[in-house]
Amino acid sequence: MEPTIAHSVWTRCKRSAAWTAAGLLCASTALAAGWEPTKPITFAVSGGPGGGADQMARLIQGIVAKHHLSPQPMVVVIENGGGGGQAFMDIKNSKGDPNKIAIVLSNFYSVPLSTHLDFNWRDTTPVALMALDEFVLWVNAKSPYHTAQEYIAAVKAKPDTFKMGGAGSKREDQIVTAMLEQATGTKFTFIPYKGGGEISSQLVGGHIESDVNNPIEHIAHWRAGQVRPLCVMDDKRMPFKAKIAGGKSWSDIPTCKEEGIDAQYVMLRAIVMPKGVTDEQRQFYVDLLDKVRKTPEWKEFVDRGAYKEDFLTGAAFEKFLAQDENRHREIMGKAGFLAK
Amino acid sequence: MEAFGLLFHGFSVALTGYNAWLMLVGILLGILVGVLPGLGAPNGVAILLPLTFTMPPTSAVIMLSCMYWGALFGGAITSILFNIPGEPSSVATTFDGYPLAQKGRAAEALTCAFTGSFLGAFVGILLITFLAPVIAGFALEFGPPEFFAVYLLTFCSFIGIGKEPADKTILAMMLGFGMAAVGMDTMSGNMRLTFGSPMLMQGIDFLVVVIGLFGIGEILVTMEEGLRFEGKAASISPRIILRTWASLPRYWGTLLRSACIGCWMGVTPGGATAASFMGYGIAKRFASEADKFGTGQIEGVLAPETAAHASGTSALLPMLVLGIPGSATAAVLLGGLMIWGLEPGPLLFSSQPDFVWGLIASMYLGNVAGLLVVLATVPIFAAILRIPFSIVAPLIIVVCAVGAFTVHNSMSGVWLMGIFGVVGYFFKKLDYPLAPLVLSLVLGDKAEDAFRQTMLASKGSLAIFWSNPLVGSITTLALVLLFWPLLAALWAKRGQSPISLRRNGVRS
Repeated sequence: MEPTIAHSVWTRCKRSAAWTAAGLLCASTALAAGWEPTKPITFAVSGGPGGGADQMARLIQGIVAKHHLSPQPMVVVIENGGGGGQAFMDIKNSKGDPNKIAIVLSNFYSVPLSTHLDFNWRDTTPVALMALDEFVLWVNAKSPYHTAQEYIAAVKAKPDTFKMGGAGSKREDQIVTAMLEQATGTKFTFIPYKGGGEISSQLVGGHIESDVNNPIEHIAHWRAGQVRPLCVMDDKRMPFKAKIAGGKSWSDIPTCKEEGIDAQYVMLRAIVMPKGVTDEQRQFYVDLLDKVRKTPEWKEFVDRGAYKEDFLTGAAFEKFLAQDENRHREIMGKAGFLAK
Repeated sequence: MEAFGLLFHGFSVALTGYNAWLMLVGILLGILVGVLPGLGAPNGVAILLPLTFTMPPTSAVIMLSCMYWGALFGGAITSILFNIPGEPSSVATTFDGYPLAQKGRAAEALTCAFTGSFLGAFVGILLITFLAPVIAGFALEFGPPEFFAVYLLTFCSFIGIGKEPADKTILAMMLGFGMAAVGMDTMSGNMRLTFGSPMLMQGIDFLVVVIGLFGIGEILVTMEEGLRFEGKAASISPRIILRTWASLPRYWGTLLRSACIGCWMGVTPGGATAASFMGYGIAKRFASEADKFGTGQIEGVLAPETAAHASGTSALLPMLVLGIPGSATAAVLLGGLMIWGLEPGPLLFSSQPDFVWGLIASMYLGNVAGLLVVLATVPIFAAILRIPFSIVAPLIIVVCAVGAFTVHNSMSGVWLMGIFGVVGYFFKKLDYPLAPLVLSLVLGDKAEDAFRQTMLASKGSLAIFWSNPLVGSITTLALVLLFWPLLAALWAKRGQSPISLRRNGVRS
């Protein structure tokens, strides 16, 4: 469809709809043509600059520009204050603004649950789940532990001495650590850092004993033989078969469950927009993101980062969010991370 | 040497017409970004990043890294002319750069700043070219205790060098620490001092504070002193560049020290801002006329600029060799690498030689080109000072407001800027120093995180700061610098004249 025509139809409709009953008819014409943004799209990032969310946002921005998928450009803004709370409040306070979207992670629930932030995901219009991110238990390659069982046995022998590095406090990394502790009945010394990149070099430098970084945060160090994956916290193994290091691929990493540790956790990477937008406006972004997903650039990105492919929209996505939120409340409650 | 062969291959990559053109575009954009306060190098690089999506990765990184060099050069311009740091790393440049400009020696100060920047960068690039694999491992030695020791060293190298009384310095520093604590606390995951306002969740942005304290504060003070309708005398003869250059070899010691500090802080990674403060502090400590620092000393411009640029350049070393970002800009570039389909990390040098050596070669070319471009602008920028204050001041306020707005794309930045402008005015009227506040605002948060991470790991024992030779020597050096005035006084008591007492920074 031609953007300029759709645009002029829409503006003409807005003008006439206010005056005459013919506006009804006109609105349906516009509906058939679909809604399109009339201003540059603000794309808020709830994670730090250069981090996973920022990379995904800028990739989407780049793909949209390269393949001319939107009549208006996207402008990426970092709003990572308060662990992403800044981006959430921005979306909440921009009610009815169809030119604003945000990329969110599981901080979407963990931040409101662990702080007194007056926000719930229901204060937004969920657009689409883009992918899920896996968590892997990593140790330094120089350490003597080759399986998750060996490592956990060592931690159990000397509880609260093994340092586990993670991004932020009471966020996904500490939640995953708490799940490991609950499943095995031991205790790590959890050390919060600002972000995944920093933690990676801390593990390689031997300043912490382990971390639970996402695959993309450690792939380069794994390839260089500096870190060793022990298990992945998912119900099944990752599907990627390309060899990375020592003749092993992502699919060779056992699940933690196979290793006798009952801990499962995946993190959402999703797009939301403000409440009070029309179905057509939401649909524009659903279609846009679906087109992004089908480009070769996106596929390459997913393969490289070993993301779990999953695309959910509409009611299915909202159901997912409700379940995922409950799960977080349960795990975080057990670990004592909920705000009092 | 193998490096030479690879470097020349790199030059052949970087010197294609397309890449050379991108280099120039990058530098010019970078200078623009550097001159405008608020729009720092990380923002500039992030904004351009999606545009590079369709370029070959080598061309993309050449353009973006040249923008980084340009921004580092450009940051000094407004620091010297208007006392408004364009980049966080050029705050220390204002201390002597602005007084020099006030005395009509702006062209000299600008030339020094640019030349110092260039020399610092050059040392950094040599380091990357020949010693990258050797040095890189050093960055991995840094855990939380080492980081804290480096921040402590930065604070200590800065203590006791101001002319203001110690209690005012401490008060300003504590205010800075207080402001650094606003926002989310990394260690507990709770919000601190945000009072439920989303605006404060991000923390108090350093750039906004600096624009307000320095820029607006300065204008308020000048207005009170009476509007001057004449511009300042400013020599704009190009010959001044050559004359300044002829005087530079005298300061070889300062240049060398600052370049070393900068490289070290870039690799570790302490950052360009910390490096510039430390460079200034150490230069003053070693200077023969330390009490003249802050009144317009050439060394006071050379030292921070050399350190900042050396640090900014060598910050790319851990990024290339290890995949660790040494600065905020390097972090954004690192994200870019992944978007372009490269995998930053230990194998980048061997798997992508065209990319790595093309980038290194472009650093040489980019910095030479950058120096020529900025030197050509010296007379133009120096001439700005001839324009009457009543015309320039409104323009500065507009540029400051735009800058403060850009930091988070919101009006809240502009209001904060106004508040800090008033704070800056009172600081100046009451003779409180601004530098300690800025320093603790920049490093307070990082120092706090590093200290608390260390305490978690050591279960509360301070002995960890002497647990290995590296952290032990940095901590000891920091403590020596902290007690330097006291030590110097004791030393002086053993039969030296009172003049040398004052020279060592002890107040009578």
